[in-house]
Amino acid sequence: MSEAAISDPATARVDLARELRESGIQDVLDQLDRELVGLRPVKTRIREIAALLLVDKFRRELGLASETPTLHMSFTGRPGTGKTTVALRIADILHRLGYIRSGHLVSVTRDDLVGQYIGHTAPKTKEILKKAIGGVLFIDEAYYLYRPENERDYGQESIEILLQVMEQRREDLVVVLAGYADRMDRFFSSNPGFRSRVAHHIDFPDYTAEELYDIAQMMLAQQNYRLSASAEGALREYIATRVTQPHFANARSIRNALDRARLRQATRLLKSGATSLSVDDLMTIDDDEIRASRVFKGGLDTDADDLEETKPL
Amino acid sequence: MRLTQGVFSFLPDLTDEQIHKQVQYALGQGWAVNVEFTDDPHPRNTYWEMWGLPMFDLRDAAGVVEEVRACRKVYGHLYIRVSAFDSRPGWETVRLSFIVNRPAEEPGFRLQRDEVQGRQMRYTLAPYAATRPEGERYQSRPS
Repeated sequence: MSEAAISDPATARVDLARELRESGIQDVLDQLDRELVGLRPVKTRIREIAALLLVDKFRRELGLASETPTLHMSFTGRPGTGKTTVALRIADILHRLGYIRSGHLVSVTRDDLVGQYIGHTAPKTKEILKKAIGGVLFIDEAYYLYRPENERDYGQESIEILLQVMEQRREDLVVVLAGYADRMDRFFSSNPGFRSRVAHHIDFPDYTAEELYDIAQMMLAQQNYRLSASAEGALREYIATRVTQPHFANARSIRNALDRARLRQATRLLKSGATSLSVDDLMTIDDDEIRASRVFKGGLDTDADDLEETKPL
Repeated sequence: MRLTQGVFSFLPDLTDEQIHKQVQYALGQGWAVNVEFTDDPHPRNTYWEMWGLPMFDLRDAAGVVEEVRACRKVYGHLYIRVSAFDSRPGWETVRLSFIVNRPAEEPGFRLQRDEVQGRQMRYTLAPYAATRPEGERYQSRPS
């Protein structure tokens, strides 16, 4: 911004569209749209935050007072709905907008923050905070920090330090809390300090079968695999069946299923003893590989490997 | 007498903002940055007391500057330095070290001349402050 703009705010003009292009935010937002399937409410909220930060930047340049907005967030959703992935993107976006200085993500759980004996917790929590400063601190399954059943639990100490830092060093650090919705609600209701300091509560919806299919296609494309025509149908059936079974973890279940399909494909290729395989053969996953899954045989209790029926080489 | 050890010691004292920038440079090089303090500024005293734990895997200098401030609150009447350690194989040494806090009054060093065998001269440096016992060498708390 030129100095003239500051000295004469009445006539100053800013070019928002150009700034949006130059900041590279549009790229990240487009990438978000491209690479993350579904998650409509999440994307909307990220766009809103990006817009606010960009406008705030201009307001500051034109000399309009603007307080640093609180950007601490809470991500709630079932497993595998993309909370960690989105946190990574948020770090990138906030960095590009100049809100945080370095744009890295430090992902921690209770073990990294809470100590084992008296006097251990504070240094441990502070060490993590020091690592996260300038970036985003992602606390997975944050509700484990608070254990109401044990009043001597050291988690409380960690929470107090976190709250203090979240309040005082807003320009240095963004804290993202993540976890299952119902437990997070309980966590927030027993820690009102947290609820009020977290400005954005974002809920990650479960994926629909159609979205899961798109995700599977995207994962395969990233790893240079593709499905044969019959395998596509098999995968749709697989997803429809898997969703109804226990321990379903959205995109993570799909990734595991594809990993196992790749194992079976490799086994099939080796067993076939083919002497000349084309690139196409190496890339294609056939419908047998999908249908071999235990999911089609009445389900499974865990994600444990359902490769047992594949005989060793 | 102004103590001149480490880099930048002939310049005016660094401001916190300048310290931030230097530390950020060190972190950018992949060095681990520590805060140390001492009340024995003899140039051969390489073992300064460490303030807190070593700080590994930092990405941003704000955390270090915070520690420098915290150390000043407690040991504001002593020498405090920031040192950056390079752990890469082949180096494994301190690459950058500078003083970030010094006592209000620095009495300096006495040059002691010892006459040894054959009227040979041997020279020794002794900080005036070190004649007093540990903990009383510089005025406690500036406040």
